[in-house]
Amino acid sequence: MEIPRHWRLKQQRYSLVGEICPHCQVKIFPPRDVCPNCGGEANTPYTFSGRGEVYSYTTIYEAPAGFEDKAPYTVALVKLDEGPLVTAQLTDLGDTPVEIGMPVEMVTRRLRQDGDERGMLIYGYKFRPAMN
Amino acid sequence: MTENKTLLKPSRPVGIVGYGAYVPRYRLPAKEVDRMWAGERSAGLPIKEKAVPGLDEDVITMSIEAARNAMKRAEIDPAEIRAVWIGSESHPYAVKPSSTIIAEAIGAAPHVQAADMEFACKAGTEAMVMAMGLVGSSMAKYAVAIGIDTAQGKPGDALEYTAAAGGAAFIIGPADESLAVINASYSFVTDTPDFWRREYQIYPEHGQRFTGDPAYFHHILEAGKAMLESSGTSAKDYTWAVFHQPNTKFPQKVAQMLGFSPEQITPGLLSPVIGNTYAGAAILGLTAILDIARPGDRILVVSFGSGAGSDAFDIVVTDKLLERRDKALKTQDYIARRTEIDYATYARYRGKIRMK
Amino acid sequence: MTDVVIAGIGQTRVGEFWDISLRSLAVRAILAAIKDSGGLRPQALYAGNMLAANLSRQAHLGTLLADFSGLVGIEAETLEAAGASGAAALRQGYLAVASGLVDVALVVGVEKYTDVIGPEIEAALATTTDSDFEAIHGLTPTSQAALLMRRYQHEFDLPPNGLAEFVLTAHANGAGNPNAMYRKPLSREAYQKAEMVSEPLTLFDIAPNADGAAALILTRPNLLPKDFAHPLVRIAASASVSDTLGLHNRPEPLWFAAAQASVEQALKKAGLSREQIDLFEYYDAYSIYAALSLEAAGFAARGQGWKLAAEGAIGLQGKIPCATMGGLKARGNPGGATGVYQAVEATLQLRGQAGPNQIPKARCALIQALGGPAATAVTHVLTVAS
Repeated sequence: MEIPRHWRLKQQRYSLVGEICPHCQVKIFPPRDVCPNCGGEANTPYTFSGRGEVYSYTTIYEAPAGFEDKAPYTVALVKLDEGPLVTAQLTDLGDTPVEIGMPVEMVTRRLRQDGDERGMLIYGYKFRPAMN
Repeated sequence: MTENKTLLKPSRPVGIVGYGAYVPRYRLPAKEVDRMWAGERSAGLPIKEKAVPGLDEDVITMSIEAARNAMKRAEIDPAEIRAVWIGSESHPYAVKPSSTIIAEAIGAAPHVQAADMEFACKAGTEAMVMAMGLVGSSMAKYAVAIGIDTAQGKPGDALEYTAAAGGAAFIIGPADESLAVINASYSFVTDTPDFWRREYQIYPEHGQRFTGDPAYFHHILEAGKAMLESSGTSAKDYTWAVFHQPNTKFPQKVAQMLGFSPEQITPGLLSPVIGNTYAGAAILGLTAILDIARPGDRILVVSFGSGAGSDAFDIVVTDKLLERRDKALKTQDYIARRTEIDYATYARYRGKIRMK
Repeated sequence: MTDVVIAGIGQTRVGEFWDISLRSLAVRAILAAIKDSGGLRPQALYAGNMLAANLSRQAHLGTLLADFSGLVGIEAETLEAAGASGAAALRQGYLAVASGLVDVALVVGVEKYTDVIGPEIEAALATTTDSDFEAIHGLTPTSQAALLMRRYQHEFDLPPNGLAEFVLTAHANGAGNPNAMYRKPLSREAYQKAEMVSEPLTLFDIAPNADGAAALILTRPNLLPKDFAHPLVRIAASASVSDTLGLHNRPEPLWFAAAQASVEQALKKAGLSREQIDLFEYYDAYSIYAALSLEAAGFAARGQGWKLAAEGAIGLQGKIPCATMGGLKARGNPGGATGVYQAVEATLQLRGQAGPNQIPKARCALIQALGGPAATAVTHVLTVAS
């Protein structure tokens, strides 16, 4: 069971909470203690809007353990409006063709379960074609 | 107007400060169920199609989105929320609240009440009445009430045609901040075993035709009549009405019995195109009405939950609705987002394929 | 800086060895390298490995391998840097010998995939990405390469099958390497018809994960046996550079900055220019990585790496021969052992022992192993000792 390592990331996972550097105002995701832009100390939380566009994407047919029941699924690098790229799955695609540059928005979904059906459910961000 | 001491009326006026809907993307046509289990011979199908959640969706994820939509319209500080209550018969955990996850996701934790309700299809309105009580007593400024389900019907059962996914969330707060004021609610509850699901069972059982007159109709009629009577109103005093909708016919019939016209119930009658969303059904209809209502419009909502009971609400729209309702996706936006699936995909999405 | 030379090399064939354990595989390469060195006894063992703790439930690998090689008592540690683990171990050996603190160092790279079957392997590989922010989304190293390839197609005018030459060259060269996993040339038709694995990446764009072990004995020239039997190969430079672990944290994901910097540093230390490099063992775990590596190393302009291959420059007779013994694609991708294989193969070329794949008069080899999408880049320059 990996309860603690998922539990402590709930803010980041559920709501895309990153950081804003108090020194250079760069927005950071995932959060880290040292600003990658200016090297200053960074720990001011910042909640991203969840809006962005697809930077690149691919579909996974041979999934790693823990994701087999979701295959095939699409993962993407999403360029957030505030700057950072994030890695996440695309969801609710239905018959929508994915394209680089496609506007997407964050939703909170079930990422996987910890172990089998007895394990905790791990929720986190995914992105879907923008509806708003 | 007769003084009705059974009416639930808050001592401080309350209302809906924000509302939000959610309906998942996928649709299973009823004719697919018919094709699979009834040889495509059914004369009439209970609905056109039902909403089916994706592989990564459940009551928690759907509630988060509905609650976020409600927050967008409410424009309040989530730290001022004192309760997150969610009614559902399909909570992902048997033990472990859905509500704590939702509270965390919308920024309402940690200074909140959080609990999961269960009362079949009226668990959501149950949460609303509780929220009215908390806010109406001035114990809290805001409370979140959600009714959402990802209902399951036994393969081939009559319920499989309709058991759907969707629901709504409401931020209940002081009337002077509300998009719609809730004048009062009334609840009518008896021990009527028309439908249930025993512990550890995947699919529910139901009393077939017994679910009609002694259950659905009796409770909705009693609750509806009591609300009209104690409010000194009749159907014509309401612009809109919405009733629990397990199929297309029942809500049409009960509306007629209470004196409502088809025009009054049409905007809130979503079951033909999304199915029966259980705890979400009546209140999702309410969100669709709020999406089109005008200030001053009066709305009667009557839910029904098997087991059995009904909650009735007398609601009046305020001016604030117009300035805030466009701040989030509308119910019809979700209904229009639609990808049809076949029975095989449905079986996979709903976990009906044995994987081990 | 003191000269460090490669006194011995050893390698096993790369493939699926159901009946050979992690330790046996490594010991075979170790004993071969010691023998090749004329019997030098190492004072330190540096093991490069990526997944033993995961797939073989074996941590503390360095000590295990020293123990089972009959070397109990010597210093022994494991280095892990994903696909660059073996190269990191080589660098560790180089530093130890160059510093004078260790006289003879044994570097061994080993990877054992076939202890486990099924999706656990992809999950283990995914632990080399940012576990909390990449792997949790179901991302794997392969899908990461697919993301880069898709973006590359978008930014540059890569034609359909534009990366074919990397794959065909590797397979052509694998045919001449007795230790390669695939020893048959691949036809262009077969490449074009390959099964899609993670769009736009096909089965043949991906180097096969396989078991393998390779070893090196490093020492200083004055410590070599008097009757040392081989032309002498020296390590002219070693450089290791890190980048962000998460691909999403790079300002420019298509630019392998660490690969660029490590080549730059290595060439500078070796006092060599690109024109003097006779062969380049790049890290072609995916065909797109070959293109990006050529660009990062400065052999091609940005977005032009595929063109260099398409023009025939990377073949054995080309301007800059690459993957001369088959590369990861045809020799096989033995994970953390890769960097040591590259050094063994480059040594064979510089000794003139590369058989049918011999690059005539090869004097300078550039070898580079990457951890992830160049999150770690370890580059060495090997030269014929004058």
